[in-house]
Amino acid sequence: MQGPSDFDLSRRKLLLGTAASVAFGAAPPVANAQTPVAPAQAAPQAVPMSKVSFNVNGRPREVTLDTRTTLLDALREHLHLTGSKKGCDHGQCGACTVISGGRRINSCLTLAVMHEGDEIRTIEGLGTPENLHPMQAAFVKHDGYQCGYCTPGQICSAVAVLDEIKAGIPSHVSADLNAPAQLTNAELRERMSGNICRCGAYSNIAEAISEVAGRPA
Amino acid sequence: MKFESPATTNPIDQLRIVGKPVSRIDGPLKATGTAPYAYERHDVVANQAYGYVVGSAIAKGRIAGMDLSHAKAAPGVLAIVTADNAGKLDKGRLNTAKLLGGPEIQHYHQAIAVVVAETFEQARAAAQLIRVDYVREQGAFDLASLLDKAKPNPITGGPGDTAVGDFAAAFAAAPVRLDARYSTPDEAHAMMEPHATIAAWEGDKLTLWTSNQMIAWNKAEMATTLGIPKENVRLDSPFIGGGFGGKLFPRADALLAALGARAAKRPVKVALQRPLMFNNTTHRPATIQRIRIGATRDGKITAIGHESWSGDLPGGKADGAVSQTRLLYAGTHRMTATRLATLDLAEGNAMRAPGEATGMMALEIAVDEMAEKLGIDPIEFRILNDTQVDPEKPERPFSQRQLVECLRTGAERFGWNKRNPQPGRVRDGRWLVGIGAAAAFRNNLLTKSAARVRLDKSGVVTVETDMTDIGTGSYTIIAQTAAEMMGVPLENVKVRLGDSAFPVSAGSGGQWGGNNSTAGVYAACVKLREMIAQKLGFNSAEAEFVDGAVRAGNRSVPLMQAAADGGISAEDEIEYGDIAKKYQQSTFGAHFVEVGVDAATAEIRVRRMLAVCAAGRILNPKTARSQVIGAMTMGVGAALMEELVVDKRAGFFVNHDLAGYEVPVHADIPHQEMFFLDETDPMSSPMKAKGVAELGICGVAAAVANAVYNATGVRVRDYPITLDKLLEQMPDVG
Repeated sequence: MQGPSDFDLSRRKLLLGTAASVAFGAAPPVANAQTPVAPAQAAPQAVPMSKVSFNVNGRPREVTLDTRTTLLDALREHLHLTGSKKGCDHGQCGACTVISGGRRINSCLTLAVMHEGDEIRTIEGLGTPENLHPMQAAFVKHDGYQCGYCTPGQICSAVAVLDEIKAGIPSHVSADLNAPAQLTNAELRERMSGNICRCGAYSNIAEAISEVAGRPA
Repeated sequence: MKFESPATTNPIDQLRIVGKPVSRIDGPLKATGTAPYAYERHDVVANQAYGYVVGSAIAKGRIAGMDLSHAKAAPGVLAIVTADNAGKLDKGRLNTAKLLGGPEIQHYHQAIAVVVAETFEQARAAAQLIRVDYVREQGAFDLASLLDKAKPNPITGGPGDTAVGDFAAAFAAAPVRLDARYSTPDEAHAMMEPHATIAAWEGDKLTLWTSNQMIAWNKAEMATTLGIPKENVRLDSPFIGGGFGGKLFPRADALLAALGARAAKRPVKVALQRPLMFNNTTHRPATIQRIRIGATRDGKITAIGHESWSGDLPGGKADGAVSQTRLLYAGTHRMTATRLATLDLAEGNAMRAPGEATGMMALEIAVDEMAEKLGIDPIEFRILNDTQVDPEKPERPFSQRQLVECLRTGAERFGWNKRNPQPGRVRDGRWLVGIGAAAAFRNNLLTKSAARVRLDKSGVVTVETDMTDIGTGSYTIIAQTAAEMMGVPLENVKVRLGDSAFPVSAGSGGQWGGNNSTAGVYAACVKLREMIAQKLGFNSAEAEFVDGAVRAGNRSVPLMQAAADGGISAEDEIEYGDIAKKYQQSTFGAHFVEVGVDAATAEIRVRRMLAVCAAGRILNPKTARSQVIGAMTMGVGAALMEELVVDKRAGFFVNHDLAGYEVPVHADIPHQEMFFLDETDPMSSPMKAKGVAELGICGVAAAVANAVYNATGVRVRDYPITLDKLLEQMPDVG
C-alpha cells in the first residue's frame, strides 16, 4: 500500500516529467497561423524518428515512430488498436484512458516513446465480445453507455478505480487520508469524474461499477 | 404503406420482444472497443493520409493573403486545400455558413484550409506554418444589444408569431400578472466523438466513412456542395459517437476530407480538432425571452404570451423557444413572437429539442413564479391549466395527453407533499435543501422511413435501412421490431444501418427516429410476411408468424422454408396521411429535482432526480430510460454550468474545449429515477410509439432552477445558475 509520502514522491516525478516535455515542445522553431514567424530554415527538416518497445495486452510490440506521436495515436494509428478513443487529444475527456503499469493514464497526454518497456493494457486487453470482462458485462447489463464512444475509457477507468481503492490510494473526497480508502458512492463518482459521458449514462455506469465492486450504487 | 387511420391490433401488440428491456445488441461491440467509428476504419480503404484543419483567427472580414510555402515544404505534406484552389463549391441547403471559408470569413474558426500529410503529426506541424493575413471587419456579437434590430422570423414547424383572442387586453385586465425576462446562453453539443470522416475517390465517385445522423440529407448536401451527381456520393456511418443535432448536417470534416483526397489523389481522413469544434460547428443559440401570464385569482390562466429573441448569421434561423407555449397550457388569449438578430458568431442550429429545450427553461420557471404569486401549489397550478385540446384550435384534440398523470405520479413518487412551500426553510447540515418541479413537453413528429428485410435459408432475418444509431438504441429496437414481426428470436435478426446504399429512413433527429424507423421496418416486414405466406400457401390475413414458423389453423411450416431456394426479401416504407393534422401529437412528462445549496458558499449540488414520461409505447424500456436519464443529465448541465462565453469584441466562444465548456461529470449526477406511464398511441404509427429522447431534456433545467429557489429564496432567471448569481441574496444563516 502506498502512503502519503510515496504519493508526494510521485507528484514530484510528475512535475519533473511535465517540465521536460515543455522544454521538448519548445525546442523546435514554431510558427502559427495567427502570428507570422519566418521559420529558421527553408529546407525540409528530417522527421525525428525513434524506436520504442512496449508490451500491449500481453504482446510485445516494437514500433518506429515520429517522436511526436502520442501513446494514443501509436495505439490507434500504428497498432490499429482503435478501442481507445480520441475525444479531445488534450486530457480533458478521458476517452483515451488506458492502464499503464497498473495505473490509468490519459494516453493522449503522453508520448509513445516515454513508454519504453511499459506494460500497457487497453480495452482490447480486457475482454472480447464473446468473452467479456466482468466490468464490460456489467456495462452491457446496466446500459452504461449510449453512443459508446467514451465507453472503453470509462471501463478502463472503472477497472483501475477499483484497484486504486484496494491499494488505498485516496481521492479528493477521501475524508481521512490515513484510513483505508472506502468504496463509497461519492468515492466512485469522484474518481470517475475524469471520464466524461455526454450521453449522460453516469447513473447506469455507477450501477455497473457498483455491481462489479459488490456494493449497492 | 400509408398510415392514414388509427392503428388497430397488429403483430407488434403481441409484445413478445418489443417492449422488453433487452440489452443493446451492439453492446458487446461498444464495451470492447470493437464498434468501428468513422476515423478508425483502417480496413475500408488502403493508404489513408491525414488531414489537419486550419480555422480562421478572425470572426468577420476577409483573407488578404495566405502564404502556404513553408507548410508545403514541410516534411510529409501531400497537399493543402484552401478556398483559393478547391475549385467551385456551392453551399448546401442545410448549412448557413460555408464549410470552407475564404476569402470572405463568416465566423471565427471557420475552416480556411486543410493540410494533408503522410502522418497526423506532420499534418499538424505543417498547419502551424501557414501564414494568413486577415482584413478584420466589425461584427455583431452581442444579442442583448440588438433586440430592437431583431426581425420577425418563422421557426421550425410553424410561424414565429401567433395570436389568438386579445392578449393585450386580457393580460391588462387579469387580476394576477407575471411579466418576467429570462435568458439562456449559447450551448454546445460537445458530443464525445469529434466530427470525423475518411474520404476516398474512385474516379468521380466519392465514398465518405463518416459520423452523421442523417444519411440521405448529407448525401444530397455533399453532392450539392461539390457539384457532383447525388448518385456519385456514398456515405457510411454505422456508429456515431454522439450527435445531439450537431451531426445533422455536413460539417467541414466531410468536405475537407473529400477535397483533400481529391488533391492528394489518395484517401484522406480528417477529424475536427476538439478546440476547433465549438466555434467551427453549430451550437444551440442563446435566447432572451419575455413571458407574460395573466390569471384569475383562483388560478385560471386567461392570457399567456411568450416572446423570444435569438441571433444567427445572415440567412440563419431563429430558435423556436416559443413553440411549446402554443400547446402546453390552457388560456383563451394568447400570443407568441419570435425575433431574429443578425450575429457574426458561428452558426446557430439544432441541438437536442431545439426550441422546447430553451423555451421550457424559461416557461417552467415562469409557471413556478406565477403559482407562487397565486399562492397555489405549482403542481396544482399546472393541473388546473391543463388542456386536452390544442388551445389555439379547440376542435383539434391531442392524440394522447397524460401531463396531469405524469405530474401526479411524479409528485407521489418523489414525496412532493414533504416540500416546504416557503423557500429557504429546509436545512440539512450545511446544505439548504429545496425541491422543484417542471412539466416536460416535446412534439412527436412523423416522417417517412423505408427499410429492406430479407429472410435467408438459415432463418436469419437481415434488416437494412440508412437509419442511424447515435446512442439511441436504433439497432436494438429495429431488431426487436423485425423479430416480433417475423416470429424469430432476437439473435436471429441482423441489423445493418447508416449506409446510403440502404433504403432511406427517417434518420436521427427531433426524437423522430425511434417511432418512424421502426414503423418503416414494420411496413417492410408486413410486405415480407405477405410474400412468405403466399409462397408457403397461406392466406396472409390468417397466417401467424411465431417461433420460427408460419401457422394457420392446424398447419405449421418452418419459416426458413420460404427461403429454401436462396432467400426472400421485401422493401417498403411507412408514409403518413393527414392524421397529424387532425390530432396534435406530443409527448409529456414531469421532472422533479432536489438540490442542496451550501449555506455559506452557495455551491449547488443535485441530490435527487425523477422523471415521469408518457410518450406512447416504449419499445425498449432499458434503452428508452437511458435516453431520458441522459437528457436529464444534459438538463442539469444547462441549469448549472453550460455556457459558451462570448468574447464580444473579437467575436468568438472563449471556452472552446472540454475543460472550459463544462458539462456534467460523474460527481455532478446522483442516482436518477425514471418512470414511464403506460401508453400506446394509435395515431402515431403502427408501432403506437412516440419519441422520448428530447422530451427528457425539456423542463429539467427549470426544475433545477425551481429547486434552487425553493432551497434559497433566490430566483435566478439567467442560466446557468452559478453560485455568483446566488451569493449576494443568500439567506442570512448563522
